Amino acid sequence: MAPLGRAALLLAFGLVAYALIAGSYAAWKRRRRLALSAQNALLAAFPAALVAAIVLIVALARRNLTFVYVWQHTSKKLPLGYALSAFWGGQEGSLLLWLLVLTGYAGLAVLLNRRSRELMAWTVPVFALVAGFFALMLCFVSSPFNVQPAPPDGRGMVPSLQNPYMLAHPPLLYLGYVGLTVPFAFAMGALLSGRTDERWIVATRRWTLAAWTFLGVGQLIGAHWAYVEIGWGGYYAWDPVENAALMPWLAATAFLHSVMIQEKRGMLKVWNMVLVALAFNLSLFGTFLTRSGVINSIHSFSESSLGAWFLGFIVLMTVVSVTLIRWRLPLLRTKTKLESLVSREATFLYNNLLLVALCLTILWGVLYPILSEAVRGETRSVSKPYYDFFLHTFGLPLLLLMGIGPLVAWRRASLRSLGRTFLIPFTVAVATGVVLLVLGFGSSWPGLVTYTFSAFVAASIVLEFVRGRAATGSLRRLVARNRRRYGGYIVHASVVLLAIGIAGSSAYQTVRERVVRPGQSLEAAGYTLTYLGSSGIRGPNYTGFRAAIAVTGHGERFTLHPGMNDYNIEGPANEASIYHDPRSLGDVFTTAQIATGNQIDLKVEVKPLINLIWVAGFVFVAGALIAMWPDAVEQRRLAARYAAGAAPAGI
Amino acid sequence: MAWAVLAAVIAVVAVVFVARPFLRDPTPASDRLDELAPEARHRLALAEERDRALAALKELEFDHRTGKVSDVDYRAQVGPLRRRAAAALRALEHGEQAEHERIPDQGERVP
Repeated sequence: MAPLGRAALLLAFGLVAYALIAGSYAAWKRRRRLALSAQNALLAAFPAALVAAIVLIVALARRNLTFVYVWQHTSKKLPLGYALSAFWGGQEGSLLLWLLVLTGYAGLAVLLNRRSRELMAWTVPVFALVAGFFALMLCFVSSPFNVQPAPPDGRGMVPSLQNPYMLAHPPLLYLGYVGLTVPFAFAMGALLSGRTDERWIVATRRWTLAAWTFLGVGQLIGAHWAYVEIGWGGYYAWDPVENAALMPWLAATAFLHSVMIQEKRGMLKVWNMVLVALAFNLSLFGTFLTRSGVINSIHSFSESSLGAWFLGFIVLMTVVSVTLIRWRLPLLRTKTKLESLVSREATFLYNNLLLVALCLTILWGVLYPILSEAVRGETRSVSKPYYDFFLHTFGLPLLLLMGIGPLVAWRRASLRSLGRTFLIPFTVAVATGVVLLVLGFGSSWPGLVTYTFSAFVAASIVLEFVRGRAATGSLRRLVARNRRRYGGYIVHASVVLLAIGIAGSSAYQTVRERVVRPGQSLEAAGYTLTYLGSSGIRGPNYTGFRAAIAVTGHGERFTLHPGMNDYNIEGPANEASIYHDPRSLGDVFTTAQIATGNQIDLKVEVKPLINLIWVAGFVFVAGALIAMWPDAVEQRRLAARYAAGAAPAGI
Repeated sequence: MAWAVLAAVIAVVAVVFVARPFLRDPTPASDRLDELAPEARHRLALAEERDRALAALKELEFDHRTGKVSDVDYRAQVGPLRRRAAAALRALEHGEQAEHERIPDQGERVP
């Protein structure tokens, strides 16, 4: 079976190499049939990559240990679901997933936009260049189809990856990472073809939103996985690999806002190109971080041979992007100017600057230890205080801007109008801040400011819906006539929930830890936890223990069972036990480790409002879906605009 | 051996698919890839400007109805925006008229 996988990969490589070379030549020399042939090659690359993927999936399902990759990441007793998830659990498999998703996306983008021949002629080679790099890695540097004589059993899977969230978290991140290639390829195609009008934006609008949504949901699921599985009580540790997913998401968020200014005012064409290139290159950088072995992280695959290749490709793509943008600057410059610093577009601009500033400070936090070790040979780390400082510095004003932006009119707003529209949200925010201060929430100023700003944003969103409904007569009609705007407001509401959840669970959490024997208790934030005793457990591929902890407090009585699993091959892992309080939306989070004899080391963390973070995920998806939903009126308008050519099928 | 045969079949199908544009149309009247003529690009830019101007007018109306723009601000802004929209429509109509008189349509063709 392995030869079939290798042959399929070689075929995929040949096809994308042809699409790159023939496609570039066709676009340059204006050859129609050759350009179509290059498009077909890109389309055919997906089935080829799919055959390779199926071969690997079958090998994983059968635990075919003659495949080195299967031996490295599974074992005979590993449950089937986790064995299949090993597809993205290792380096070679996740590269194959990149190629599979990329060729799938590229094929779909080609099919949807085939009529826009001029733009597609140059977009196809850009897709092919990126796909070609991954196919090259898979064929000649890091193949998932290396074979060996079958050993007695596999090396198994890291225990923390044996979690249902791991079935969804990596693929969603990949759908996001790879999805950012689509706007990048179209943007570069637009620059190469000189089609710097809005055609490429129209073609990629939903692709960008979808990629951004996948990346956002993937990160949130990853955060939940870290919370329930790793056993340290947190959900985001500013780990370089976590940051690697956050950075392109921030850049894409900035792009989604600034592109609206280009559509509405014809401004920021250069800036939008820069943001698209930044988001794509950061998604490559994220892949580089996990594949290169330059950092130590629970997410990364160390001792990799891919580092230099990835670094070279990132440098190449950055140089290509910058060169193309510089080359087309005369076409990208616009005469339209910002009319006022107090306008909707100005708030978008401030939002962009803050998002990019946050993104770049995180990038520096990731790069600094790597550069420090490479240049000075010193091992340095950038820790939580650095990130927290910049999150407060840039994140809190960003939160506030989310409330200000919707209240400000396009073009320019007078002080009188602002006074009227700001009155209710401002009053709500001040009242919230004062009440919280009186209730003792001043123990954390960042927490108090976050709650106050959140109240402001929430009030402004509600006000937007109420006023909009009054103007149109129906909420349904209001949302239907501008899905992007009102879907966006729902996404903003999810960010408010996220901010409240993060502030509550970090600024106002209570942590207690103590070694206890049966009958002894521990107090935390009004809860009393009594250790009753421990018992052994046995799973399909592990043994372990669970402690019984009786908890009382706040009118509740329940039992928690933290403990540890000792996996036969992979080793020990913490198993947290969590109580979700439906009234306070907070959690009682416990972990336990054997201390000595019948004593355990019991740790409890009471985290107010943490469940709002996970609720935010559902609201985020709902808002994103509304924003993405096709609008027939808008499609007709755009079809009329492009009447000189083909109706934009990709909108 | 069976895998090798399967791989060869897949490869042959892929090659035929890639060669399809040449197989379907071996002697085309023109093999030139369509591109927008400068006039068509200009017309597209005018259409984008027209859409922006009309959208700005709609936004202003909506912001006025929701109270984000006062009556005074509305009156100050609506005139210039209407003139801009009218100018964009006029430019587009004139451009199209002139083009119809001078050259055939060279826009992106629907296959």
